[in-house]
Amino acid sequence: MCLAVPGRILDTDGDDPLTRQGRVDFAGIVKQVNLAYVPQALAGQYVLVHAGLAIAVLDEQEALRTLACFTEENAEEGDA
Amino acid sequence: MKYVDEWREPAKARRYAEAIARVTTRPWTIMEICGGQTHSIVRYGIDRLLPEGVTLLHGPGCPVCVTPAGVIDAAVAIAARPDVTFCSFGDMLRVPGDGDSLLAAKARGADVRIVYSPLDAVALARARPERAVVFFAIGFETTAPATAMAVLQAEREQLDNFFLLVSHVLVPPAIETILGDPGNLVQGFLAAGHVCTVMGYAEYEPIARRFNIPIVVTGFEPIDLLQGLYLCIRQLEAGAAVVENQYSRVVRREGNVLAREALAKVFTVQAQQWRGMGEIAASGLGLAPAYKRFDALERFASGPAPRERPGECIAGELLRGRKKPCDCPAFGTRCTPEHPLGATMVSSEGVCAAYFRYRPRQAAERADGANPGRGAP
Amino acid sequence: MSDSSFTAPACPLPAGASDIIELAHGGGGRLTCRLIDDIFRPAFGLAPDDFTHDGAELGIDGARLAFTTDSYVVRPLFFPGGDIGSLAVNGTVNDLAMCGAQPLYLSVGLILEEGLPIDDLRRVAASMRQAALAAGVRIVTGDTKVVERGKGDGLYVNTAGVGLLRAPRPIAPRRVRPGDTVILSGDIGRHGVAILAVREALGFETEITSDCAPLAAAVLDLIDGGVELHCLRDLTRGGLATGLIEIARDANVTIELDEDRIAVAEPVRGACEILGLDPLYVANEGRFVAVVPADHAERALAHLRRFDAQAAAIGRVIAPERASGVHLATLGGLRELDWLSGEQLPRIC
Repeated sequence: MCLAVPGRILDTDGDDPLTRQGRVDFAGIVKQVNLAYVPQALAGQYVLVHAGLAIAVLDEQEALRTLACFTEENAEEGDA
Repeated sequence: MKYVDEWREPAKARRYAEAIARVTTRPWTIMEICGGQTHSIVRYGIDRLLPEGVTLLHGPGCPVCVTPAGVIDAAVAIAARPDVTFCSFGDMLRVPGDGDSLLAAKARGADVRIVYSPLDAVALARARPERAVVFFAIGFETTAPATAMAVLQAEREQLDNFFLLVSHVLVPPAIETILGDPGNLVQGFLAAGHVCTVMGYAEYEPIARRFNIPIVVTGFEPIDLLQGLYLCIRQLEAGAAVVENQYSRVVRREGNVLAREALAKVFTVQAQQWRGMGEIAASGLGLAPAYKRFDALERFASGPAPRERPGECIAGELLRGRKKPCDCPAFGTRCTPEHPLGATMVSSEGVCAAYFRYRPRQAAERADGANPGRGAP
Repeated sequence: MSDSSFTAPACPLPAGASDIIELAHGGGGRLTCRLIDDIFRPAFGLAPDDFTHDGAELGIDGARLAFTTDSYVVRPLFFPGGDIGSLAVNGTVNDLAMCGAQPLYLSVGLILEEGLPIDDLRRVAASMRQAALAAGVRIVTGDTKVVERGKGDGLYVNTAGVGLLRAPRPIAPRRVRPGDTVILSGDIGRHGVAILAVREALGFETEITSDCAPLAAAVLDLIDGGVELHCLRDLTRGGLATGLIEIARDANVTIELDEDRIAVAEPVRGACEILGLDPLYVANEGRFVAVVPADHAERALAHLRRFDAQAAAIGRVIAPERASGVHLATLGGLRELDWLSGEQLPRIC
C-alpha cells in the first residue's frame, strides 16, 4: 500500500522538531528528506522514506539476522 | 548492506521457497493486505513459487482503489475552481469517481499538480499565497503521518491558503471486517510492513487472538514475502495464531512513537467509506476539531458525498478475498486498464491491473480472442 | 462493524470513456495502436504492413527513399540534456535511421503560442541547427503558425524527414525470425526520468540528463559492417517494453528478455525505486534495439560498442507458443510484459 524506499543519510540539517531534514542518497539519487519523525537518525545511517518523510531508521543487525535465519542449515527449524 | 538487492537474490529466494514446500502439508489461504505486496508478488512471480494448494488472496490495501468515488468527485469539483491549485499523488490522478478523474479535470484546464510529498504542497502554498493550495490526503497509516506533518507545518507558519481533502483509512478495522464476514476464506494474514512501521503491531495481537489467526508483519521484497509466508504457514501447520514480525529491520512493536503522536494530535478516528466495501466503523481519520480550518470540504463546501452506485465490478468481493480477478466475467474484456469498471483495475497497484499487466495471457484467455488490441496469433 | 454481510459491489462505470480522445491515446500503447487499427488503417486504406514501422519506404525512379514525420509536444521545452528542438531533429533522424536510411533532409513545422519569448524560440532554433549538423542532415523547408495564448504549451514542433535507404534488404518486423538475437544499444530510462524530475519539480539534487542523441551513425556503421538487420526500433515513449511488444506483435513471435543484461544507470534506478516506476517502460530518446540473426550478434555488438560501451544482447526471439509477446524471466518463471495504459505516473503505493 505504501511505497517506501531505503536511502542513506549523507548529512542532516537543523534540529527543529518539524523541519529537521537531511540529504538522503537513494542508489545514486540525492533528495532532501524530512527527518522530524526520526530525530535519532545520523549521517551514514539508512532510513526508510515514504512521501518525503523518513519513518524509520533501518536496523542493520536485524537485517543481517533475518537474512541469515533461513539459510540451508537452519531452514528446518526456521528459527528467528 | 543496501537494504534492497540483498532481498532480491534469486538463489536465496529459491531456498526459501523450498523451505515453504517442506513445512506445507495442507492447503492454506493467506491474504496479503497491502497493494504494494500484491505488486511485488505478481511482478516477481512469488505466488508461482508456492506449493500446490497455498492460495494468496489480495486484500484492500491499495489506497487509491479504496478511496470512495464521492471523495474523488469532490476532488474533481474542488480542482476545477479557478482559485485552486490541486495537489495529488500521481497514481490518484487516473482514478475516476462517479464522473471524471483528476487527469480529465486537468485536461480541461484545472490546475492539478503531481506531488511526491504533502510537504511539497505546503511549499507550494508558501510560495503562492494568492492561490488556494489543496492537498488530496489519501492513504493508510503509513501516509497519514506525512499529512499530519504538513498540517503541523502549515499551522506553525499560519498559512491560510493550505487545505486538505482527507480520506485516510486504517488497516485493522478492514482486517476485522474481512475476518468477521461469514463467507471469510482467509486463514492467515501478512500484515503490511510499512503501516506497522508507523503503528507498530500491538493492535494486531488482540485480532490474532480473537479470530485465532496468524498475522505476520511482512516487508515488500521477494525474500521478505517468502519469509513472511514461511512464518505464516509454519504457524498454520502448528495450529498457532500469534503476531510475528518478519520485517524486524524496520518495524518495532511500538512503531514510530513520534509519528503516532502526530496522528493523535492532528486526526480523530471516524467511520469511513471504503470503495467496494462500504462503510466500516472507526476505520478512517478526519481532521481533529482544532485543525478543521484546513478542511477543504468545509472551505469549498460542495454538498454531501454521493453514495456509490452498484455496477458489474466485483471489487468488493476481491477486496474481501472472496474472489480473484480471473473469477470476474468482465476481467480483460469489458474491464481493462484503459476502460476500467472499477478502481482495482484503474490503479496500477490495484489487483486487477497488476494481474492484467503481468498476466496478460490469462486476460487474453478470458477474452476468448475478443480483444483486438492484443495481437492474436 | 457495519455492513459485514456486504453483497452489492460498488464500482461505478466511468462515463463515456471510449468516445473521446484521452491522453493515453498519444501514449504509444494499446490505445494508440487501436487508433491506427480502428481509424487510420481503414480510412487511409493502409496495407497490413503500413504504419507498423517508424517510417515508410518509397521507390521513386529507382531511388530507394525513407520518409517519416513526427510531432513533439514535450514539457518543459528545455530539460537537462536537450530541448524540444534537439528532440525534434533527433527524433526524425532516428526514425529514418530505423528504416536503415541515411537521413538527408528535414522539414520543420512550428506552432507557436502567443506570448512565447522570442529568446526561447532563438534557443530552440539554434539547438535544431546544432542537432542537424551533428546528425549530418539539412533543414530545407518549414512553416510557422501562431495560436492564441492558452491554446498551446509555448511551442510545438513537427519535423518530417527524407533519407536514402542504405540497408540492402528491408528492415521490418516481418523479417524477424525465431533464433534471432535482440541487441540494445545502451542503458535505458534516462530521458523519461530527466523530464519527469524537471516537470514535476521532484527536487532531485542529482541531475539526470536525457539520452537525446542521433542514432544514424551507429545504424549506418552496422550496415557498412555487413551486419544483417532484421528489425530496428528506437525506444521512445513507452520505453523498451513497448518497443519490443510492438515488434513481437507485428512479427508474430515471442521475445524472451534477460532482465539482468538490461543496463539502467544507478540514479535512474534510484529515481524509479522512489517513484515506483518500471524502467522498462520509461521513455528514451537515444536508444534502439536491433534484431539480428544469432550469428551476426557478436559483430553487431562490436560495432555498437564503438558508440556505447553498454550495448548488450538482452534477449532472443522464439516461436510463439500461443500468442506473440515479450517474456521476462522472474523468480517464479516467465512473466509476460504488456502495453502500458497511458503514461506511467509516480505511485504512492
